[in-house]
Amino acid sequence: MRIRLNRDFVIGLVTVFLGLLAGALLMALTGNNPLQGFRFLFRGSLMNVERFGNTLAISTPLILTGLSVAFAFRTGLFNIGSPGQVLVGGLLATVLGLTLELPGVLLLPVMTLAAIAGGAFWGFIPGYLKARFNVHEVVACIMMNWIAYWITYYTIRIHFSSAGLATESRRLGFDASLRVKWLTDLFQGSYVNLGIFLALAAVVVIAVILNNTVWGYQFKAVGFNRYAAENAGIAVQRNIVTSMMISGALSGLAGLCFYAGYAVNMEIGIMPAIGWDGIAVALLGAASPVGVVGAALFFGILQSGKGFMGAMTDIPPEVGDTIIAAIIYFAATSVLIRRVLAHRRFRFLFTRGEDNSDV
Amino acid sequence: MFDILVNLFPYAMAFTMPILVTALGGLCSERSGIVNIGLEGLMVVGSFSAAVFISRFYPILGGNALWFGLLVAMAAGAVFSLLHAFACINLRANHVISGIAINMIAAAMTVFFARTMTGSGNILLRNGLARFSVPVLAEIPLAGPLLFRQSYGTTWLILVVLVLVWFVLYYTRFGMRLWAAGEHPHALDAAGVSVYRIQYSGVLLSGMFAGLGGATILVTYSGEFNGSVSGMGFLALAALIFGKWKPLGVLGSTLFFGFAMTIANASQAEPALQAIPEIILKVFPYVVTLLALILFSRTTQAPRALGEPFDKGKR
Repeated sequence: MRIRLNRDFVIGLVTVFLGLLAGALLMALTGNNPLQGFRFLFRGSLMNVERFGNTLAISTPLILTGLSVAFAFRTGLFNIGSPGQVLVGGLLATVLGLTLELPGVLLLPVMTLAAIAGGAFWGFIPGYLKARFNVHEVVACIMMNWIAYWITYYTIRIHFSSAGLATESRRLGFDASLRVKWLTDLFQGSYVNLGIFLALAAVVVIAVILNNTVWGYQFKAVGFNRYAAENAGIAVQRNIVTSMMISGALSGLAGLCFYAGYAVNMEIGIMPAIGWDGIAVALLGAASPVGVVGAALFFGILQSGKGFMGAMTDIPPEVGDTIIAAIIYFAATSVLIRRVLAHRRFRFLFTRGEDNSDV
Repeated sequence: MFDILVNLFPYAMAFTMPILVTALGGLCSERSGIVNIGLEGLMVVGSFSAAVFISRFYPILGGNALWFGLLVAMAAGAVFSLLHAFACINLRANHVISGIAINMIAAAMTVFFARTMTGSGNILLRNGLARFSVPVLAEIPLAGPLLFRQSYGTTWLILVVLVLVWFVLYYTRFGMRLWAAGEHPHALDAAGVSVYRIQYSGVLLSGMFAGLGGATILVTYSGEFNGSVSGMGFLALAALIFGKWKPLGVLGSTLFFGFAMTIANASQAEPALQAIPEIILKVFPYVVTLLALILFSRTTQAPRALGEPFDKGKR
């Protein structure tokens, strides 16, 4: 029996390959050896248990933001408000973590709920504006991102900044962090934290919602064809709002995992890159929950190894970000890859009749 | 009160102009039907290329290097915007995804190169553009001290760009075609005009103007390339939407936003302005844009075919 491949999977692989090629080109252009660069990059993220744990810790928020964007994609919405939702979720979690005096068993669930609620609220606004006033969600999300940026900036700077630095919040206490001793010991002192379980649980929940419930069927129906769904009696407007809320909640949870798990405090004055990277993760993962996990792990490897590579060679660590950015670009232009793969020479690779996109 | 205004005005103009020219670039692109949320990245590319050029050629060319730097920034922005144009026009990619990719590539790659050049990822300029007073006009009562004192040369350059864009868009054949490409590309196609070529021009203009905007920030008030333009590209996008995709509307909205920014930044120095919390001034542009979108949602002013890939064979 011949092995047939899934077309989306092959396109993903080609996209990754082109992205890595772009990175190699940059390394070569600046007079470095690309092979050596990649060797240190992958060693830096996978060399031992501790580094692998750090890679998991970096991947955790990426799984959640990727899932957030992917879920919105499946319901026909483009949630580029993920950075803002990450900020709001992280801000609420940080504020509660710094003010409430509760034991860890209670504090962490409270912070988690607050992060989810904050993200969901930040997703609700563009969702409601889209459903009620037909305001394009992309534009509304951009505005929401910057509103969140400045709210976070001033809240942290005025009320929660650390003594020495006005650009970051005070450190969260031990009880308010997702890092736990047994997990840290298991991975020999790495950053890996409880967030990874939250993220994997979210993946399962979203996969079940999308594939096994009436609700998920309705979401997808709205995504495929809004008007057909409306004719079939699906409450399209309510669907748009809830979908944006779920998407926002996932990003808010990512904010918790990033600021209270991977990091120990909140840095202000930057748009969180995990929000934008989430879009790359969703695209590369073909907007499926399982694909998102794979893509997030891959980007986690790139992000976590770049520091080691920067230390061992002259290659600036930004090459990792450039590869991710190039992958988004190649994913956006994947029509080109599709056209090449549709050529007769490659046809034997795929199961028949799978690809009916316009090539 | 007038004194405060006279003190603030030069700063407000300095903050407004980069947003204005970038928003005008966005206008050219979006009028031709191509969504461009890559403005931020194009500004970064402009700022980076100007910084590299100026720091290298200042010893040779002196003050002229700054002006050549602006030209280089425009060229670099235009070249970089080709990536966006190719993806959106030829490959019918999703404009938003391509725009995000542009932003991310620009942010990562410029810092990558800056780091290989200077080691730190920042490029510091020793000399920026000098402010000057326009000789005779500065003596006019009221308007003189406000508009013509302490102005940058780039301010006048960008105002010339504004007039040109306004004129071209409303009174020339090319402007009409740009307009048509975003409203009803098939009509343009039926008239025998290449929609692709018009859209390419629109995106290239946006790259040029955004590059100029980024470089203007560099040579006027920032003086340093550090891998970001701190959201000015997105602010320009908000101004474009708030200005209803029209040149004079964009002028109004950018002045509005520029003033808000100035007051926010000056409120620490100027006691009279401390009554308004900074956070409100910073959030203000985005909130009013959202409100405007809600208010005008029934009679949307956006180009009708904005964001839709043009397919010649489709009816």
